Amino acid sequence: MAENGRDNIILIEDLYYSRGQKRIFNGLDIAFQRGKITAVMGPSGTGKTTLLRLITGQLVPERGRILIDGQDITALQRNELYELRKRFGMLFQNGALLTDLSVFENVAFPLREHTKLPERLIKHIVLTKLHAVGLRGAAELVPSELSGGMARRVALARAMVMDPDILIYDEPFTGLDPISLGVVLRLIKRLNDSLGITSIVVSHDVEETSSIADESYLISEGQVVASGTPSELKTHGNAVVQQFLSGMADGPVPFHYPGRDYKDQLLDRD
Amino acid sequence: MNRLIQDLWYAFRNFLETFGAMQLFLLRILAYSPKTLLTRFRLIAHEIYAIGAMSLVIILICGLFVGMVLGLQGYDTLAQFGAEEGLGTAVALSLLKELGPVLTALLFAGRAGTALAAEIGLMRATDQLSAMELMAVDPIRRVVVPHFLGGVISLPLLTAIFNMVALFGAYIIGVSLMGVDSGAFWSQMRPYVEVADVMEGVVKSIVFGVAVSVLAVFEGYNAYPTAEGVSRATTRTVVISAIVVLILDFMITAILI
Repeated sequence: MAENGRDNIILIEDLYYSRGQKRIFNGLDIAFQRGKITAVMGPSGTGKTTLLRLITGQLVPERGRILIDGQDITALQRNELYELRKRFGMLFQNGALLTDLSVFENVAFPLREHTKLPERLIKHIVLTKLHAVGLRGAAELVPSELSGGMARRVALARAMVMDPDILIYDEPFTGLDPISLGVVLRLIKRLNDSLGITSIVVSHDVEETSSIADESYLISEGQVVASGTPSELKTHGNAVVQQFLSGMADGPVPFHYPGRDYKDQLLDRD
Repeated sequence: MNRLIQDLWYAFRNFLETFGAMQLFLLRILAYSPKTLLTRFRLIAHEIYAIGAMSLVIILICGLFVGMVLGLQGYDTLAQFGAEEGLGTAVALSLLKELGPVLTALLFAGRAGTALAAEIGLMRATDQLSAMELMAVDPIRRVVVPHFLGGVISLPLLTAIFNMVALFGAYIIGVSLMGVDSGAFWSQMRPYVEVADVMEGVVKSIVFGVAVSVLAVFEGYNAYPTAEGVSRATTRTVVISAIVVLILDFMITAILI
């Protein structure tokens, strides 16, 4: 959907969502451009993963619209939603591989579920995807035999096996060693550039995410506090942005969780 | 007092909500079951192996000892009236109508129900179910229904095996140890054990199979995605299954008797 010279594939407007008594999103507006890598960053607990679950229709917002190519997913029936999800690929924080299947069968899983392709073709596609993430040789291993970085690469192969339009990465760099991190980082960039996929990267790893993102959003307190290219964010005047980017312990985002007065609590004074 | 009434009301409302949600869950499972039986039998066969075949050891051992105990107790009681030869009939009737289905269901809940709840609960906790949803694969069709059907098919079969082994256990005690006539042990069953008695056990084992299996998959599917949540789901599966099986047993007996 072209708007202000932008070709937005996903448009989120005036989004409200609460978990229990806690308001997570408070009138959130975000647009994801087609074919670009967009980073969504923010302090822990700001609802980044919740945002992904809203975009993929796993959660339903209280108010607002989530348009994917102009189609409001909050108004879709279950079967329409499942049809739309075939356009998505998602990389979960922990890989979320099916533990009772081998690496090969994990990657083949969406193909077996959604297509009637002959076995030879399935083998060809799966090995191609595994080769792309450097794990063709690990096809016969089971998830319990994989390291964290390998599991994430297998999950990435699985996420792209149906050739999705949109690839969503939930904290793809968390807990990876520098080599695995570099591999995943390059894979995200390469997949995006070579296949023309729209990528959404949710992360709080500022350096890594900024190095590949075309555009970044920083969310805090249920709203977007800053957006733009990584270099624009660096010079942003907002105190939350600066605290987040520089990693200061205390600031607008407090170090201490709100509670009673420290002295009163120690002295048991009500 | 006010607080107590309020707590009781919340607990009752919570119970009704969960009960209603489980009925809807069961309806959804039943709606998907025919197609799953036809198109995904390999998955169901795998579950029958994992749930049914892997429960055989506990069923065989427990069945044998339950039969032996029935043999001893039955002989002891019948001997007081000089009716030892009716041991086969007494044991067969109590096994087919009551003990077989009930005890197998309780053992099944402990062995297979917990495994079902834990497996599905862990899939929830490790995002495997969410990943399936995002791959446009309905986890209820792909995971829950095959597990459920595996349980429903396995329990009547396990009950039949339990009955058979228990009867054999009673035979060992009654005939080999206590000296009851082998011919009388079997032949007395003919006039007294009717098809209706066998069917009562079959009906019970199917109903228990549905109840325990739906409880297990429901608890697993709705488990809170943490270690404690999965542990709670498995515990609830055993406890609620035991209560539900005994209540259903009374209800079916009251209807069929």
